[in-house]
Amino acid sequence: MAIATESLTIGSHTLSSRLIVGTGKYSSYDLMAESLDASGTDCITVAVRRERLIDSKGQNILDFIDTKRYTLLPNTAGCFSADDAVRVARLGREILLGLENPGADWVKLEVLGDTKTLLPDPVATLEATEKLVADGFQVLCYSSDDPIIARRLKQAGAVSVMPAGSPIGSGQGILNPNAIRICLEYLKDGDPDYPVIVDAGVGTASDVTQAMELGVDGVLLNTGIAHAQDPLLMARAMKAGIEAGRMAYLAGRIPKKLYATASSPETGTIAPKR
Amino acid sequence: MPEPERLQIVVNGQPRAVAAGSTVASLLQELEMTARHVAVEVNLELIPRARHAEHLLSAGDQLEVVTLVGGG
Repeated sequence: MAIATESLTIGSHTLSSRLIVGTGKYSSYDLMAESLDASGTDCITVAVRRERLIDSKGQNILDFIDTKRYTLLPNTAGCFSADDAVRVARLGREILLGLENPGADWVKLEVLGDTKTLLPDPVATLEATEKLVADGFQVLCYSSDDPIIARRLKQAGAVSVMPAGSPIGSGQGILNPNAIRICLEYLKDGDPDYPVIVDAGVGTASDVTQAMELGVDGVLLNTGIAHAQDPLLMARAMKAGIEAGRMAYLAGRIPKKLYATASSPETGTIAPKR
Repeated sequence: MPEPERLQIVVNGQPRAVAAGSTVASLLQELEMTARHVAVEVNLELIPRARHAEHLLSAGDQLEVVTLVGGG
């Protein structure tokens, strides 16, 4: 169906799926590769970490990813300062340039406030966004669901703002749909095609559907699939959830009302027994 | 024949001695790393792949050699 496969454009990148999937925390690289395939995604996130000095012949994730099939989206996860995030973004770009992957010109910016909440540091995220945009990156900003910082990040040049549904890896779903609604209103004001993506906290397919029904353009998730009891089946569920939510959003839901409205005609009923 | 001079550097937080005249490229080779899979920073400055063969290492250099791993 045309609507289900409707593409998503973020900056200069056009993706065929509205689901972006992380590559972390799978029990094996083979399971990761199969789950990515089942999710229908064509964009996957990766992290940048020190190469092991011992066991350098160990497996590398790049041996399990078809870099011709997927656009890689490198992240700056684990950075707690704007300067470190900029360094990691540049290192990621360098690797992706070597791989000749189209993802070399963008980055998922995460600048975290602390290890307990993994919530973004809004001030440092804004500072890093400005630096990365100046350095030619297309920046997708992991943010809280605060509409004011979301707007500031867009003004700083982010090609997408990605509010969290709930804390990273928490599986709590969309905790504050009203905040996401306001983010959408502010970010899409006069710019309806500006992509807004819910990133983080998604636990199951209904969370994805709910996010899409709110009108976000896509969902980025990792743990919800990787740590499901059956990641492969959950990947398929997340794919279906994206499509269901997107179609429901486009279809336009009925307003919620306090009282009932009959579905069957209220006239022409038989005479009630006295 | 005298021992070639050794330089003390730090790679990913670990001290290491390399021969004088070593470059980023020769170090990666010594570490048996796939150059295509890594990016290298020397003293906080990214060294593009095209300059790996010409960038000489100096005593006290701090290197970060990174690759891609699974992440969200």
